[in-house]
Amino acid sequence: MSNILPVVFDGIAYGSWLFLMSAGLTLIYGVMRILNVAHGSLYALGAYAACSFAGAWLNGGLPAAGSFGMLLLAAIVVGGLVGPLLERGLLQWMYGKDEVVLVLVTYAVFLIMEDVIKLVWGVDSLLLPEPYALPGNFSLGGLAYPVYNLLLIGMALVTGLALVWALYRTRQGKLLLAVIHDREMSMAMGINVSRFYLATFTVGATLAALGGALTAPTVAVTPGIGVEVIVLAFAVVVIGGLGSLGGAALGALLVGLVRSATVRYWPEAELFSIYAVMAIVLIARPKGLFAVQEARKI
Amino acid sequence: MRMSPSFTLRAAVAAFVMLLTVPASLAQQPIKVGIVTLLSGPAAGPFGVPARNAAELTAEMVNAGTVPAPYTQKGFGGTPIELVIIDEAGGPQKQVAEFRNLAPRVDIVIGYISSGDCLAIAPVAEELKKLTILFDCGTPRIFEDASYKYVFRTGPTGTMDNVSVALYLVERNPNVKSIAGINQNYAWGQDSWADFENAMKTLKPGIEVKTSQMPKLFAGQFGAEITTLLGSGAEVIHSSMWGGDLEGLVLQGAPRGLFEKHKVILSAGEPAINRLSTRIPDGTILGARGPFGPFAPDTELARWLKTNYQDRYQVPPNYASFKIAQAILGVKAAYEKAKGAGSAAPDQDKIIAALENLTFEGPGGTVKMSLGKGHQAVMDAAVGTTKVEGGQLKMVDVVRYPAEKVNPPDGVKSEAWIKTGLKK
Repeated sequence: MSNILPVVFDGIAYGSWLFLMSAGLTLIYGVMRILNVAHGSLYALGAYAACSFAGAWLNGGLPAAGSFGMLLLAAIVVGGLVGPLLERGLLQWMYGKDEVVLVLVTYAVFLIMEDVIKLVWGVDSLLLPEPYALPGNFSLGGLAYPVYNLLLIGMALVTGLALVWALYRTRQGKLLLAVIHDREMSMAMGINVSRFYLATFTVGATLAALGGALTAPTVAVTPGIGVEVIVLAFAVVVIGGLGSLGGAALGALLVGLVRSATVRYWPEAELFSIYAVMAIVLIARPKGLFAVQEARKI
Repeated sequence: MRMSPSFTLRAAVAAFVMLLTVPASLAQQPIKVGIVTLLSGPAAGPFGVPARNAAELTAEMVNAGTVPAPYTQKGFGGTPIELVIIDEAGGPQKQVAEFRNLAPRVDIVIGYISSGDCLAIAPVAEELKKLTILFDCGTPRIFEDASYKYVFRTGPTGTMDNVSVALYLVERNPNVKSIAGINQNYAWGQDSWADFENAMKTLKPGIEVKTSQMPKLFAGQFGAEITTLLGSGAEVIHSSMWGGDLEGLVLQGAPRGLFEKHKVILSAGEPAINRLSTRIPDGTILGARGPFGPFAPDTELARWLKTNYQDRYQVPPNYASFKIAQAILGVKAAYEKAKGAGSAAPDQDKIIAALENLTFEGPGGTVKMSLGKGHQAVMDAAVGTTKVEGGQLKMVDVVRYPAEKVNPPDGVKSEAWIKTGLKK
């Protein structure tokens, strides 16, 4: 039992992190049918902005606990500025085009933003270890774990529940579900679809930036961190079924647990573990675990 | 034959332009040196940009004749050098295309940090007959699996990094019984771990390997790996990680007691000193891929690089900076040896002949081009232990290993040499 417990905890922690990455990606795809490759850059921007914001806060001699607030603020600022800028400035002109075209467009944005990040923050890594070390450790199975991981799990839970509540329990959410179900009919019924697209993209971008901001204290923020994340997030979203929030949650948890068990019992296969999960799931269910059924249209 | 007035005019203008340009072409043309280093991506910060900075500094000071002896002559044998810098990012396939574009534009190419790039470039350099100096990549396979006329490497291979830390460890912990590793899952990490594991098995037969963690390159997050290492009961943990991965390992591992419970070896940890500083816990065994950075000998050349680099870039030069400065100075030494007392510029074959088996001085000490039929450098190795003193990270208990002790003899492959007893 003491052997299993750390594996499960590490799996849940990693899964929570994956879910934060994937939630925005699957939301944007579900509503807008855009596979947003620039999600990786928004994650990276969130991480860099978090380093700048929280770094300035800490350098100003302000209470260290406030640096957590700075992480959230960085995510909101990045998502709130870059999200609408991309959607209104670029993507709104692309709607109706083939999904592959949109993948290429967002990939172009991704490449541009990688260079913008290099231009603004340089190529040296940025470190922000204070929020990670501040809450200290707790013990599980005789091993020390950072409390920060618990905060990450909590954040993933709150994010997931908030999204579900907003989608299924609010009027705006229900209208959005109508847009997802049938865009043209929703427009005919007087729903301002364009406004919903803007809102969805902004929320998705903020979630990406939040993932980056919350990761920043645990890693060295370096050029290229967005690349690693987008590949993982795509895998999780594909496993769960493109566009499904519940699928992303289950996919993230599944990948987290399998990866954690692989690291423990068969470390040589770690690189392959996530893709093994993806292959097995796709063999059994080619559209992912919870693929949204397409309505047949004449 | 009648010539139109416009033709005559054009001919006159052309002749005039030619007359104007002749004196310029008779003037000294600089020697063009292509520099290929990672300017974007995760390796730009720890290696690529420090290397580019040192290359620019070295070229400038070589041209001004302000490098200490024996490099006081201006330029290469009196001829100034001019750098053409390109980005190494994009992988081997892209780099081969870039190399084919670069080669006709320059006289010499100095570059390549990634072992994958080096393995891909070497045969192309041979095909294009372009003198190419590999300055940083570590894989010993380049000159062990093939032999080249136009390709040289002025930095030592990765073999000695892991052999020297194994020797250092066993000298300090003669009763060590178990090891574990966490290395990036690609050629560098796999080779480094194999060299360390094999060296430990040779030095301490029967040593137990508890676990070998191989996270994906640039994974950045190692929660589950650290848990497994903490629970493995291994006395020693070896890692050849670099860049953001190494920094992530220290940031995530130190608060969880990874460095307290285990003796940790960071075989290529030196570039992280400037970034992490006192966050690297005391007692960590650290390598610098040779006698570079804090392990550099106290010579005028080392002081020259350290002082001038620090003054210009406000950080100390790391091993990538040392190695590219060393490559440029090595070519300068060969060029001037080939030129001799004559005034004519030596051709490429003469420079190659001069560089083969050359012994020259670099900012990291003596470099002997003694492996790979005179094309591969060996140097002394240096290993130390970290200690925070007065709020600063210091290297203590520094040991230097002679090049012959930590490198195989010429013609013997590294892996076989390690497995068969590390004999001279």
